[in-house]
Amino acid sequence: MKKNRQSEQKKKNMPIMTVTYLFVAVFLGMMVYICHYSATHKQELINNSYNGRQQMLTAKNVRGTIYADNGEILAQTVMDEDGKEKRNYPYGNLFSHAVGYATHGRAGVEALGNYYLIHSNSPLSEKVANDMAGEKYLGDDVHTTLDVKLQEVADHALGVYRGAIIVSEPSSGKILAMVSKPDYDPNMIEEIWDDLVEDKESGILLNRATQGLYPPGSTFKIITALEYIRENPDTYQSYGFQCAGSFSDGADRINCYHGQSHGSVDFTRAFAKSCNASFADMGLKLDKSKFQDTLDDLLFNQELPMEISYNKSRIDVSEESTNGDMMQIAIGQGTTGMTPVHLNMITNAIANDGTLMKPYIISSVENSTGSVIKQFSPSAYKKIISEQEAAVLTDLMQDVVEEGTARKLKGVSYTAAGKTGSAEYNKVKGDSHAWFTGFAPVENPQISVTVIIEGAGSGGDFAVPIAKRIFDAYFNEE
Amino acid sequence: MELYITEISKYVIALLMALYAYESFAVFRFQEEERRGGIYTRQNFLMLSIHFSCFMAICFETGEISYLFFYIFQQIVLFATAVLFHMIYPRANRLVINNMCMLLSIGFVILTRLSYERAVKQFVIVAVSIAAAMLIPFFIRKMKFLKNLTWVYALVGIAALAVVLILGAYTYGSKISYSIGGITFQPSEFVKIIFVFFVASALHESSTFFEVFTTAVVAGIHVVILVVSRDLGSALIFFVVYVLMVFVATKNPLYLLAGTIGGSGAAVIAYQAFSHVQVRVQAWRDPWSEIDSAGYQITQSLFAIGSGGWFGMGLFEGTPDSIPFVEADFIFSAVAEELGIIFAMCLILVCISCFIMFMDISIKLKDSFYRLVAFGLGVTYIFQVFLTIGGGSKFIPLTGVTLPLISYGGSSVFTTVIMFSIIEGLCMVKQDEEKEERYVAKKRAKAGRKEKTGKKEKDVKKEKTQKKENSRMADRKIKDWNESEEE
Repeated sequence: MKKNRQSEQKKKNMPIMTVTYLFVAVFLGMMVYICHYSATHKQELINNSYNGRQQMLTAKNVRGTIYADNGEILAQTVMDEDGKEKRNYPYGNLFSHAVGYATHGRAGVEALGNYYLIHSNSPLSEKVANDMAGEKYLGDDVHTTLDVKLQEVADHALGVYRGAIIVSEPSSGKILAMVSKPDYDPNMIEEIWDDLVEDKESGILLNRATQGLYPPGSTFKIITALEYIRENPDTYQSYGFQCAGSFSDGADRINCYHGQSHGSVDFTRAFAKSCNASFADMGLKLDKSKFQDTLDDLLFNQELPMEISYNKSRIDVSEESTNGDMMQIAIGQGTTGMTPVHLNMITNAIANDGTLMKPYIISSVENSTGSVIKQFSPSAYKKIISEQEAAVLTDLMQDVVEEGTARKLKGVSYTAAGKTGSAEYNKVKGDSHAWFTGFAPVENPQISVTVIIEGAGSGGDFAVPIAKRIFDAYFNEE
Repeated sequence: MELYITEISKYVIALLMALYAYESFAVFRFQEEERRGGIYTRQNFLMLSIHFSCFMAICFETGEISYLFFYIFQQIVLFATAVLFHMIYPRANRLVINNMCMLLSIGFVILTRLSYERAVKQFVIVAVSIAAAMLIPFFIRKMKFLKNLTWVYALVGIAALAVVLILGAYTYGSKISYSIGGITFQPSEFVKIIFVFFVASALHESSTFFEVFTTAVVAGIHVVILVVSRDLGSALIFFVVYVLMVFVATKNPLYLLAGTIGGSGAAVIAYQAFSHVQVRVQAWRDPWSEIDSAGYQITQSLFAIGSGGWFGMGLFEGTPDSIPFVEADFIFSAVAEELGIIFAMCLILVCISCFIMFMDISIKLKDSFYRLVAFGLGVTYIFQVFLTIGGGSKFIPLTGVTLPLISYGGSSVFTTVIMFSIIEGLCMVKQDEEKEERYVAKKRAKAGRKEKTGKKEKDVKKEKTQKKENSRMADRKIKDWNESEEE
């Protein structure tokens, strides 16, 4: 009887209970969403130019200082003659793209660390003292991974050429140097801004290291070789090709650089000598669908795991790709476009046993008294290639230095591995961008360098010597 | 010095609010109102502390002592409400009244920060509403004929909405308000209550397909008028309240299903037929690409929510005024920015606590008319909270409704205060029912022992529902039920 009554009561209450639970569940979902959204989008929201809170924060806090890894000041706020705040960049042009600017929008570390630079985590006592003195609070300082010495060497090495250099640490993803030319003096940004914006031709404001899309040329053979190894794990070593300076399929024809014929080549030698003909041949043998998977793993056409603003590399491999397309793709020509930073990341993964570390440039944030507010530590993105594949590719890249196109790196106190590229961008004249990407020492990689010089010529002749100067500086080679 | 106080007060306020939110759920551990006394006293203390801390922060931040006078008036009114209500209606539910005062005080704080002038105006309206609300429970309890006014409610509701549609003024693209003698009314707010009474009185005796159909027609007219007036938020509230009330009255999940399908269908049609619906949906899906136009409000609201962090920027430290209509539609974002996410989450919890208490009262009511009214008002309240908070945080598309008791808006706050006092009235109806049952049970038990079946006047009502059972079974049942209540 009692049970009956209760169950009747329950049945009567069922709809109300249902509705109650439903609303409570929806509200819990909404609360989780709001907490999550506000916690994860804080920086993005503050940095939006429509958000007036930026002005409010800048009115309250003095923009913090940006430091290099060894404590050199890269950007600071100073007072000009009229007592107005002015952003000062002691190194002038040197860090124009890496550190960027903070007026007329923002770029580089100034953009990346903006949230920290405009917030102040000064101790309360400090703030009270500021209040008493009628001063603004001191914004937090941003410490970067940038190395002034390497940046200087890279900058000088690139000289008057247009192009980009990115130097990083494979085991952590730290960016040690990042040069892009042409550059500008961020101290003068107010005065030169209009000219920079009007000048569509040279793209001075473009950070070529992360945003410049170039045909990767022969450096792409790293990826073609990887795919060939993946598809032919047991037989790739017995690959052989008779190179007569070109390879044809129907009406499509691929020439080796300057029509040079490499004679009888095996897999290692084809890579070391950067033989276009044999790689075009391999390109035709690749399974397009598997190739697509590998390209996805290697982050082509995808977002890169980093905060710095960049462009996505693009490549077009599909079941519809023609033989002609595949031959072009295999040697890094055609419609493929790649950013130097992306190539550097792949190089780093090879040097780091296949694990890609997320590239980063801000190492820590400290308040005005030097207490650490936020520490950025190295973090792995994921293993994009297997350890074994990384070892095979390292061997291939070492042979490029030992007996291939990067011989200018041979005979130094450290061992290097790398790949050159001479990416043709002008079919008629045969002009090419000079590429090099590589790392050293081979046994225990500490540093990787990716270089692109626009329109210079062959990678072996122009890019390798620049990389060598950077390696030399790092390893103190005279 | 001021800095120490304003900085520390941020943490204190968040902590006190968290404690308040905790207490507002701790209440549900006890079934009897008598055992909750301690909790209610603590709630009153926390409410005073939060209100005080917020105004301290405001005074120190602005350096204006004049805010203190306003604070004192507010505190008197809110404290008097909590105390007087309890004195006049000792058996009323104190959680409902405490939460109402808590939410009102948050509203005063944030409105004072946004616009002193508006806060004063709001304060006057709240004081008047509360005075009116003091009488409501009495009338609800006495006016038994309320359940028979079905078609009066329908006519009044439709007429009030239609008058606005025909004579009302367009404010920002919607026709929602109507002025009489310089006072602007927003009838859709009051009609919400009338509508709940209409549905409850139409369905409380029987809810066959015929009743559902006729009420659906009336509900449909309400919704269509609101859609044509471009008051989409209210239209949605009426629709959802109707569907859920039908579900509760019929206990038939098929109506819920039908309502969901019908509602989705109507939404699709509305999306295709009205450009302003498309604009809203587009601004929800990707406000960033239209940050200059349709997405402006919502992105500014997100900036506010995102900038406060867990403990907020502090009162007068943020810039919530950059959001258009912040004091009405986006008040939640202003709270989140200046008082912090923790505080804002606790605020949501307090709203949920109100809702659960409404549902609890509804479940315990025997009379299906009152039961439906309590349920309908609860859903009206919580769904509106959902629409405004969800809309402001981009959880759902923006519909532009107020956050009850907190947002600026006389009609809105008046209606909500009345709603809460109706619930208090129902709470007393519930106790009358219980008392009556106990009385009947006692009589029956006595009669049963003497093996007499003398009918008492008061038994007649009970007879209706228990006609087919013999008296012995009936009082066993009632006794059982009373026992199970006490478990």
